[in-house]
Amino acid sequence: MSLLVAERLEKSFGETRAVAGVSFSLDAGEMLALIGPNGAGKSTCFNMLNGQLHPDSGRVLLAGRDISRLSPRHMSRLGVGRSFQLAATFTSMTVRENVQMALIAQSGEVWRFVRPARALHVAEADALLALVGMADQAERAASVLAYGDLKRLELAMALAGTPRLLLMDEPTAGMAPVDRTALMALVRRIARARGVAVLFTEHDMDAVFSTADRILVLDQGHLIAEGDAAAIRADPRVRAVYLGEA
Amino acid sequence: MDFLVVQLLTGLASASSLFLIAAGLTVIFGVTRVVNFSHGSLFMLGAYIGWTILIRLPRDPLWFAAGVLGAALAVGALGAALEAVLLRRLYRAPELFQLLATFGVLLIVQDLTLLIWGADDLTLPRPPWLRAFVRVGAERFPLYDLILIAIGPMVLGLLWLLLRRTRFGILLRAATENRQMVAALGVNQKALFSAVFTLGSALAGLGGALALPDASANLQIDLGVIVEAFVVVVVGGMGSLPGAYLAALLIGVSQSFGIVLFPRITLVLVFAVMAVVLALRPQGLLGSEATSTAETTRASRPVRPASRAARLAGGLALCLALAAPLLLGPYPLSVATEAMIAVLFAASLHFTMGPGGMPSFGHAAWFGIGAYAAALLARQTMGMGLVLAPLFAGTVAAGFGWFVVRLSGVYLAMLTLAFAQIVWAAASQLVDLTGGDNGILGVRATGWVAAPSVFYWLALALCLGGAMALRRVLFAPFGYALRAARDAPLRAEAIGLDAQALRLVAFTISGATAGLAGSVFAYAKGSVFPTYIGIGKSVDALLMVLLGGVETMAGPVVGAIAYTGLFDALLLITDLWRLVLGMAIVALVLAFPDGIAGRAGRR
Repeated sequence: MSLLVAERLEKSFGETRAVAGVSFSLDAGEMLALIGPNGAGKSTCFNMLNGQLHPDSGRVLLAGRDISRLSPRHMSRLGVGRSFQLAATFTSMTVRENVQMALIAQSGEVWRFVRPARALHVAEADALLALVGMADQAERAASVLAYGDLKRLELAMALAGTPRLLLMDEPTAGMAPVDRTALMALVRRIARARGVAVLFTEHDMDAVFSTADRILVLDQGHLIAEGDAAAIRADPRVRAVYLGEA
Repeated sequence: MDFLVVQLLTGLASASSLFLIAAGLTVIFGVTRVVNFSHGSLFMLGAYIGWTILIRLPRDPLWFAAGVLGAALAVGALGAALEAVLLRRLYRAPELFQLLATFGVLLIVQDLTLLIWGADDLTLPRPPWLRAFVRVGAERFPLYDLILIAIGPMVLGLLWLLLRRTRFGILLRAATENRQMVAALGVNQKALFSAVFTLGSALAGLGGALALPDASANLQIDLGVIVEAFVVVVVGGMGSLPGAYLAALLIGVSQSFGIVLFPRITLVLVFAVMAVVLALRPQGLLGSEATSTAETTRASRPVRPASRAARLAGGLALCLALAAPLLLGPYPLSVATEAMIAVLFAASLHFTMGPGGMPSFGHAAWFGIGAYAAALLARQTMGMGLVLAPLFAGTVAAGFGWFVVRLSGVYLAMLTLAFAQIVWAAASQLVDLTGGDNGILGVRATGWVAAPSVFYWLALALCLGGAMALRRVLFAPFGYALRAARDAPLRAEAIGLDAQALRLVAFTISGATAGLAGSVFAYAKGSVFPTYIGIGKSVDALLMVLLGGVETMAGPVVGAIAYTGLFDALLLITDLWRLVLGMAIVALVLAFPDGIAGRAGRR
């Protein structure tokens, strides 16, 4: 059985049908890219998966359970990790404290009022930072990190809950080309090693073609193609949408 | 029936007055995003300048109209000067600092007005046309109030024409919608902002002058009027003129009927209307969603536990504080006790405002509730009072917090201010229970704790202990989660944090500790008065926190001690403490946007 299943997702804003009956599935350990030209419905589709938006009709199933009406907070408890298009970290904390905070939240220790938080989950936090190659920056302020490092910190925070599914919105947006390839290779390695399913939207076609196992192409709210990199490159409808070929 | 009609007309007349002052405030906010406390001062100046002009003019309607317009123009000019000298420098400052700086202006204007016009209320002689009535069945209704009823919609109509039919109006609407875009299109922002500010000030002046026949020019109207105007603007939706008129109608009419049904608690009714509207529509009646998300500047440095040097300094200060009864006479000791109480009060505000990200403008509510709870429930039994007061304040804070945690930025600040005003009104109007402005006397520590030195040590233990406990909570997982929800709400949600629950608990803890500070204060002073809940007290707390620096954990302690010391020194030197304090606030905001401790922490 697939880990994530989207069934005939629909969403309209006023007269506009942003997403019109999109269905797909995603297996554990698989990297799935969601692409399409601007206004194709990527973001709407993506936000219905992470709980930010609720579909007008259709369902999202996580390991067989309907999660299409849950809030982002509930999703995180079911093992869904996220990264944002604009990296969002806690600017009043150090790098390690950011990861510690994520670990504290995931282990349900938020409602504690006495023992200092700095002493909690130190080893675990450092292990996650080592995994994303940030061990040497643990004591730095999150607010002074370079953008690529922020993205890696976000990844470490998203992994803190040992998620089954990772939803990444434009994970390489705003990064230098070298950093992009490195980050996506890292995500791929982690997905394989831990059996995490990854769904990401992306503008950078190099990142998509080099890392995704499977690619979904949206246009005007419809799914127009699905397949591996080679199949998508050769698909005439995709070429028409992206290159304007008849 | 006739009675109902007259009440309705009375409501419409007060709606017009409310609209005049709220219109200027909302137009200024829409374009410049400055929430202008000193708008109340401009209204007050309108009344005083109007009085000065009208007293010299022939007493017929035409000259009256000319005099009122003259006052409006004069206040418009004063507003333009204020904008050029001060506000222009604040457009980029965090909104809390804008509020604070304009509050400083309000204090300055109060003392200047006192110097120029004196302390007495100034009333206009009432010529026959101002005393005329019209008959409504068996009842009589003042002719002048009928004129007021007409003026509200007239001004709304004129403003509407200005906004829809002129180039200035188009720019103004465009700037309300998207300021950056208008700037990018090459519109001279400076000129636009000055023009808007002048217009808004003139409207405030017009309102002040028009209010003269029904009331008087006095030194209290600035604060009274600004709080009501804030309520109207928030209920109507910030930046929306039709919204302001609708809200003024809603509030004016419910006030005039409310005074019949619940003569004692009209203020409560006004704020109840606001609470209901904000609970159902957080952006106000006709406000757009976009304006409710406040742009706030946030911490960029991690919060770290105190350094060894800071610990050493703190330890030394604690030793000094412990030895104080042996070193100080009775008066300095009572000042020291007040400083301790101020530390806890400031720390409790910092808790919600800093790490909690909820800028409260009515924190005195919890202080006052604690003080009154102690005085009413345990006047002579201090031990019980010190337990009951924080419990009571915390419980009320938990209930009110339900509304608060759903808002942010200016809306949150205004709602907390409004709640404090309700509590203040209750304390001063429910005379049977609270003694009104005479307060409750004879609140005393009895037995062995009554000795000044023993009481001082007790206050020290409770207040410093409380402040240290708050600090401890901030370094515990709860405090981290609270900061996380403030730093990056989306990320906090994505790792499974419940931001609203965190904020509600923080608000409750803060209310309870402020209540504890209030109860200790009640026993220290031996009495409680409505001033404990006044805006002045809330601003004291804000100043202490901002003086110390919002982003530092030691800030409120340093700020509270510095502020108490400075304020006491100031009272000894001069009667014009408002003038000095106001100028100090303005200078502080312009010079140290990070606060004192915040500045010290920078390399």
